[in-house]
Amino acid sequence: MHGLPEFHLLHPATVAEAVAMGQEEPGARFVAGGTDLLVNMRRLIAAPPTLIDLTDVAEMREITVEDGTLVVGAAATLAELAADPRVRRTWPVLATAAGTVAGPTHRQVATVGGNLCLDTRCIYYNQSEWWRWANDYCLKERGEVCHVAPGAPRCWAAFSGDLAPAALVMGAEAVVAGPDGARTMPLDDLYGDDGATPFRLGAGELLTAIRVPDPGGLRGDYAKSRVRGAIDFPLAGVAVALRRDGDHLADLRVALTATNVRPDLVTGTETLLHGPLDDDRLSALERLVGKQIQPMRSTVTSSQYRRRVAAALLRRLVAGLFAAE
Amino acid sequence: MTSVLRLTVNGRPRADAVADNVLLVDYLRDVAGLTGTKQGCDGGECGACTVLVDDSPRLACITLAVRCAGRRVETVEGLTKGGRLSRLQRAFHEKLGSQCGFCTPGMIMASEALLRRDPDPDDDAIRDALGGNICRCTGYVKIIESVRAAARMEEPA
Repeated sequence: MHGLPEFHLLHPATVAEAVAMGQEEPGARFVAGGTDLLVNMRRLIAAPPTLIDLTDVAEMREITVEDGTLVVGAAATLAELAADPRVRRTWPVLATAAGTVAGPTHRQVATVGGNLCLDTRCIYYNQSEWWRWANDYCLKERGEVCHVAPGAPRCWAAFSGDLAPAALVMGAEAVVAGPDGARTMPLDDLYGDDGATPFRLGAGELLTAIRVPDPGGLRGDYAKSRVRGAIDFPLAGVAVALRRDGDHLADLRVALTATNVRPDLVTGTETLLHGPLDDDRLSALERLVGKQIQPMRSTVTSSQYRRRVAAALLRRLVAGLFAAE
Repeated sequence: MTSVLRLTVNGRPRADAVADNVLLVDYLRDVAGLTGTKQGCDGGECGACTVLVDDSPRLACITLAVRCAGRRVETVEGLTKGGRLSRLQRAFHEKLGSQCGFCTPGMIMASEALLRRDPDPDDDAIRDALGGNICRCTGYVKIIESVRAAARMEEPA
């Protein structure tokens, strides 16, 4: 590891100040916990001349419930989200997902916004400068070829945040601030479909909060597989939310992480509703997810392993949630 | 940019000229001369550099020193009072929780944070709290026994 490249650290106290600093400082990056960005900077993947530290922006640190809607500031830490009694009671899938990110010491400083805007990851990208240089870099950074799929004119680095799939199945919205003011959009719209440019944020825009509606009867859960269960990034992560009406499935939502270039909400689950959860339905759901999951050789394990582990997690989560009522 | 960093390290106030890009681990080892904090993976993966900032565990290799302004930083050196080992240090010694010793300062500081917020942790709580601290020697069993033993000891006066 290298020392950090030189930069100038700014400390805004409000969102408006942070946005203004972003406009004044070309090439500036926002930072909060720094558990991912500072590591990438030590690998010389990024060398922004200015970092804008969001940890003292009080309005971005709050977790509140407004008329049944959960509002989580982007600078709230994952440890705070995982421990919040209101979240654990009403939106437990968010607490579960937040509580399994990285290790316990990371979660003390790593934030909700940082995990939702986690840079995409790949074995050809998250490496030392020397390693990347020896491999002619890659399409995501300085190079011209994606080593995962050399024929493809695009980057296949995988989005590996845990919180996004959990928030997606609960119907979360993203609140974004920028030079043109604030806007709210479905969280799904935050993500693009190229690993090299994963976020649809305009110049100088930053995620300030997410809004998660009252779940109604929707119950969710999240599970993932990783090399070392205590600390690593996920190899495959699955979030499920469902609503049961008697013996029938009334609502079913599935989202994936670490397998695709974006956290993907699986489409077509409504075709499986209004019937009992039997083995035929579980197999149909597995086939549906199988068509939309796209693990590539971007991790230390094979694509086939991640495909199979995602299917196993999916079955376990759906069956568990259906039976829990 | 360089500014004056004012903070408390192991109970003693300090003021040092520190650049924005200096990491807490380098500040502690190279400026404050406290080499008990170990540099392991240097990328936030192994926990060897764990220190306390306002009683909460932090990975010093991915923490900017200037972000500790006005805070209380504690390293493994700060646990020893008047030359007497703290209960965790004594327990790691007596229960063989330390072999090569490289992960030990991080293990002890992560355990110290745990015992301050949960004086009587069960094994699951100990495993959770030390989940980000990696040891290649012990197989972890002796470490968990050490923390459990420390929780039952009195801190030296």
